[in-house]
Amino acid sequence: MTEILQMIKEMLGYQFIVRSLIVGVLVALCAALLGVSLVLKRYSMIGDGLSHVGFGALALSAALNAEPLTVSIPIVMAAAFLLLRLSENSKIKGDAAIALISTGALAVGVVIISQTTGMNTDVNNYMFGSILAMTGTDVKISVFFTIAVLVLFVVFYNKIFAVTFDENYARATGVHAGLYNTIIALLTSVVIVVGMRMTGALLISSLIIFPALTSMRLCRKWLTVTICSAVVSVVCFASGVVCSYIFAAPTGASVVIANIIMFGLFSLVARVRKAG
Amino acid sequence: MNLNELVNMKDASFGYEGKPAVTELNFSLKKGDYLFIVGENGGGKSTLVGGLLGLRKPLSGAAHVHVKKNRVGYLPQQTAAQKDFPASVYEVVISGRLPKTGLMPFYRKKDKAAALQNMEKLNVADLRKKCFRELSGGQQRRVLLARALCSADELLVLDEPAAGLDPESTRELYLLLERLRGDGLTLIMVSHDTANALRYATHILHLGGRQEFFGSPADYAATELGHRYLGNCFDD
Repeated sequence: MTEILQMIKEMLGYQFIVRSLIVGVLVALCAALLGVSLVLKRYSMIGDGLSHVGFGALALSAALNAEPLTVSIPIVMAAAFLLLRLSENSKIKGDAAIALISTGALAVGVVIISQTTGMNTDVNNYMFGSILAMTGTDVKISVFFTIAVLVLFVVFYNKIFAVTFDENYARATGVHAGLYNTIIALLTSVVIVVGMRMTGALLISSLIIFPALTSMRLCRKWLTVTICSAVVSVVCFASGVVCSYIFAAPTGASVVIANIIMFGLFSLVARVRKAG
Repeated sequence: MNLNELVNMKDASFGYEGKPAVTELNFSLKKGDYLFIVGENGGGKSTLVGGLLGLRKPLSGAAHVHVKKNRVGYLPQQTAAQKDFPASVYEVVISGRLPKTGLMPFYRKKDKAAALQNMEKLNVADLRKKCFRELSGGQQRRVLLARALCSADELLVLDEPAAGLDPESTRELYLLLERLRGDGLTLIMVSHDTANALRYATHILHLGGRQEFFGSPADYAATELGHRYLGNCFDD
């Protein structure tokens, strides 16, 4: 036990780890909050689709030698907007539209990489994430965007509930459901781009989906589900990062495994409670 | 245009994906009217409700509803939300006040008071901390009606409000609706309950893929269509 505490102390001695932890906690918080609405709206896979677009965008920014976040955030936002339009105009159904865009973006990203930088460590980081990937500028941009997402989430909290619970009712009573859906999608795209530096494109959507599903095992109100997801997400992120440091495992994967364990625990408690 | 006119349909038709479900709609309603929409299943009743709420545009003709949208309340036929949705009764009911808050991010004192008052009207105030999805069908209907009352200042549209209610709650529901009408609310209701249609309605609209009848309950009972439809109901 003291050994682990010693290691955590040592870990917190590195400034770059502390910076990444701050960004990570903020991202985990945002992802969990938006995740509740996304999961209930049956939009879980949008997160996955957008992360592939994010991969393509990061590849592009590497090829252009540009600041990764300033290139990717607008591109992924545009993709989010497009996805919503596509799934509303029902010619191509939602899940197919997501598959189209995500595999398309992934293919473009892979081709760009093969033609320019080649498969190097950077690319590996985009796929699987690295806590070391964040530069000083990255951290500043990330903190700015995640705090903006948190503030907007609180401001639109009641509206997000209404369009998630019953979109038709919201529309019928003059609430701009389309606008709020767009806001949810745009906020999600910001979280995905900022978060995927750390967890990787392949794993970021789990940060959105797991905490919401976990807390829904036990909580029965919107407010409690929201708060519980936020707490679960931050706890899983922190313990995942510590484990990844101790076992020298990839950060993203460790965080996801922490989330899986938490999901299992909550499911178990729910089952025991039901039986009891 | 008559100043009191609330709804006006001229040769309107509504449907899905270009296919009409109900056509030849020609009727108008005034403030304070109480319309029952009746007819067989698949006759286009719920489609018309969507049209009245502005959820779908008319495929042809003209459809006007002269009410600001945030003064409309609506009770859907089925809960649109999925079965495992986490939400308390209070959270559901107060979401009916959202159209009144405009750009305000949070509910004000008067929104909370209105939500509580409407829960009391529907006898669901005791349930306010309960999970919505764990209520019985009848309780869920009453909660959704309380939400509709939170929004409805001028027009209340109800799609089969009595479905899932026991006879006593149904009787209370009609009495409540009478009181609301006394307060100046216009009511539009889809219903199979023809006995109460004859007792309470000011107008009856019979749909069967098109407008079969529009007029007063007395005239409706006198037509062969009304006679047949009402007769069927008494046989049930």
